[in-house]
Amino acid sequence: MSEYAVELRNQLVGLFGIVERNVYLTRRYILWDLAFMVWTIANTLTIVFIARAAHLPPARENTLATMLLVGATIWAFLGIIFEFMTETVAWERWEGTIEYTFMAPLSRLVHLVGQGAFAVLYGLIRAAILFVVVAAFIGIHAPHANYGAALALLALASLSFIGVGIMTSVLPLISPEKGAQLGFVAQGVMLVVSGVYYPVSVMPEWMQWLAKISPATYALRGDRASIVHGSGLAWADAWPLLIIAVVATPLGLAIFRAGERHAKRHGKLKRSG
Amino acid sequence: MSTLAPSTTEGPRLEREPAVEVRDLRKTFRRRDHSGGRFARKRPWPALDGITFTIARGECVAILGQNGSGKSTLVRLLSTLLLEDGGEARIFGHDAFRETSAIRRLVNRVSVEASFFKKMSAAENLSYAARFYGLTPRQTRAAVPEILARVGFPPERRRESMEHLSRGMQQKVALARALLTSPVLLLLDEPTTGLDPRSKLEVQDFIRQVRAEHDATILLCTHDLAEAETLAERVGILDRGRLLFLEPVAEVKRRFGVETLEAAFFAATGREFGAEDAEDDEYREVFA
Repeated sequence: MSEYAVELRNQLVGLFGIVERNVYLTRRYILWDLAFMVWTIANTLTIVFIARAAHLPPARENTLATMLLVGATIWAFLGIIFEFMTETVAWERWEGTIEYTFMAPLSRLVHLVGQGAFAVLYGLIRAAILFVVVAAFIGIHAPHANYGAALALLALASLSFIGVGIMTSVLPLISPEKGAQLGFVAQGVMLVVSGVYYPVSVMPEWMQWLAKISPATYALRGDRASIVHGSGLAWADAWPLLIIAVVATPLGLAIFRAGERHAKRHGKLKRSG
Repeated sequence: MSTLAPSTTEGPRLEREPAVEVRDLRKTFRRRDHSGGRFARKRPWPALDGITFTIARGECVAILGQNGSGKSTLVRLLSTLLLEDGGEARIFGHDAFRETSAIRRLVNRVSVEASFFKKMSAAENLSYAARFYGLTPRQTRAAVPEILARVGFPPERRRESMEHLSRGMQQKVALARALLTSPVLLLLDEPTTGLDPRSKLEVQDFIRQVRAEHDATILLCTHDLAEAETLAERVGILDRGRLLFLEPVAEVKRRFGVETLEAAFFAATGREFGAEDAEDDEYREVFA
């Protein structure tokens, strides 16, 4: 095997290792995750019940509830991705393993994409459970839903979400104490400009411009169309997501590398406490 | 035991080059001086102040120093975890700060803190760490029990969470983690600090065994004078970021006309080894 082939093989084994580690950790904390799932479901219900309070005709109420549920599900999905990507770095720093991860001959891209890949898989499982439980609880009917197209679009959007997640995961390297929480700021800002519970058109014009560069805008629009109207995967939603992914991942990596250099310059990888 | 052979281009280089070459290496941290009040400016604090030394392939060298002397900073610089402020370091001819991918395949480290995912078991932590070096699940299924047996870790406890293991057990797993990847340069940063006497002897025996059976070069940083004397061929004293000397123990004693390394430290620095209550040392300890 050539040296390049050996290197590629080693990087893929390393990527598997990152996913494997997160499976081990998730298994250890599964009961806590179940408790957190209850909170997510309760929180989503508080949003979806707004459709009931609107006193609309049954069909329009069902459509509004579905729209809100899609928004809340994507909010939860994005939350898991950012939380996993950012908190894992904070966690590694706390346990002191980050020094061993950074010492290993694993490319930073593979390391971070590995974290993102697990986050996306886990986020999809949780989002599916959330959607099914809340839809059943509220009694949402989606007879025309094209779940395949909705899932495919979410997978495509995940490429961009991973890129943004890589950017936010640098925060615990810069501020070990408060950095992880700042990931939620990115999540909130991205969703508020993307029309999470309302059409983008109701926002001020400058926010609508921001909506154009947010991957969540296209994920929300496309998934709502697929679940409410049964639409297929629309090219109008897919191509912006592809472009954002192509820009976000290298940009995220460059930002992370700059943060890593800062941490190595100032001795911030070392665990204290 | 599974080994990760260096690449084909790496082989001749390992034969030809010294294991470690450090020239005028400097590292300075900046820290706010609290005596100057809330708005005090950060001031530079040299953790390493222009140190120079060479380690030959297969050699075991000990660097002695008190807390805050710069030992851990040196180990972190050589393991690509810190960026230098000046000077250079080469490991088997590779620039330690610019050719980090090559360095990471050659070097591993055991530090005073075992640093594991505490909720994961010893076997899981080792398997996960080994993946970064290209070891597949099939390879680690055999290699992990084997390496744990070699460090004297009870096999029936390998599936227990790390949080349930004693400090000595955790340190053995840390040694196993470093050895699992067959490094040609092993950096040991106070590997026996905090261990009970029996665990300490077991770890020291294992270090001897590694030297005898593997072709590993070892840089041992410690504040245990006896440990340095029994394990290393040459001993150096790092004091407040300066390497005072690096020589065979007999030569150190002859140079200062003393019987012990402790007396040599006193002769070289004018301070007792272990007396580190000065404000200066406390300040340095934060980083170094």
